[in-house]
Amino acid sequence: MRSWGWKIICIILCMYVVVAGFLLPVPRLDILNETIRNLYFHVPMWFTMIVLFGAAFYYSIKYLRTGNLQDDIYAVQFTNTGIFFSILGMLTGMEWAQYTWGAAWSNDPKQLGTAMSMLIYFAYTILRSGLKDDEKKAKISAVYNVFAFAMMVPLIFVLPRMVDSLHPGNGGNPAFAKYDLDSDMRKVFYPAVAGWIMLGWWIATLKTRLALVRYKGENTLQFELEKKQTNG
Amino acid sequence: MGKQALTTIFLLLITAASASAETEMADTMRSNGKIYVVVVVLATIFAGIFAYLIMLDRKIGKLEKENK
Repeated sequence: MRSWGWKIICIILCMYVVVAGFLLPVPRLDILNETIRNLYFHVPMWFTMIVLFGAAFYYSIKYLRTGNLQDDIYAVQFTNTGIFFSILGMLTGMEWAQYTWGAAWSNDPKQLGTAMSMLIYFAYTILRSGLKDDEKKAKISAVYNVFAFAMMVPLIFVLPRMVDSLHPGNGGNPAFAKYDLDSDMRKVFYPAVAGWIMLGWWIATLKTRLALVRYKGENTLQFELEKKQTNG
Repeated sequence: MGKQALTTIFLLLITAASASAETEMADTMRSNGKIYVVVVVLATIFAGIFAYLIMLDRKIGKLEKENK
């Protein structure tokens, strides 16, 4: 029940994007046609994912420094929400690609790089479910998470830019920022990025708070049990 | 400023106008206002999702208070 201010801003931004994203004019480009409006929805998914994974990375390092299990809960929930947004980004990207590049999957370097980093993060959840001891689980998965983030950055930002890619801004293809993203699109795109990131952050904090409540509940139970054992 | 210059300017204007109209966009949807139907549907869905999120947020807030 912390501050509602930024959540209201998030709602306003997202509603604005839904309305303005379809009503404001966009540049007339061949092949893309009206699908250029997907830029307001598909691209912010990835921005949100990166921010959430970044937060998870931060909390993983924090956990390794402090050893506080609450930081581990933060890291897990931010990673899970990031994975959710990465799946949304991947699906929307494949749908968009089906109608503009001619195939949902064309082994585009950025598609491959993203798929690889998604698999790395899927492995994170599997790794966690395979470990029983809470402390060990938290420590190993925190170390893994740091590596996962360190792998994601070159896989998504560096490697696709060094080879030919269908994505704008990669392999000699012009980025939207160069001339396609005109002033009309900026008016929607920047609020869209901010709004979606805030939405992802909101969902992640909700999940974190719920997990923290559960964690505290479990710990009080454990605490009471220990008390009973020592008394009886 | 001969006739030729005028015709070239005229032709250029025509090609510029037709070039911008060539790319197929959902212009009919815009002109007959059907695009607003799409916007209303999406706005409804998003309003619903946000109402749900606010509800969840308040529920979790209550849980947090109870557990303190």
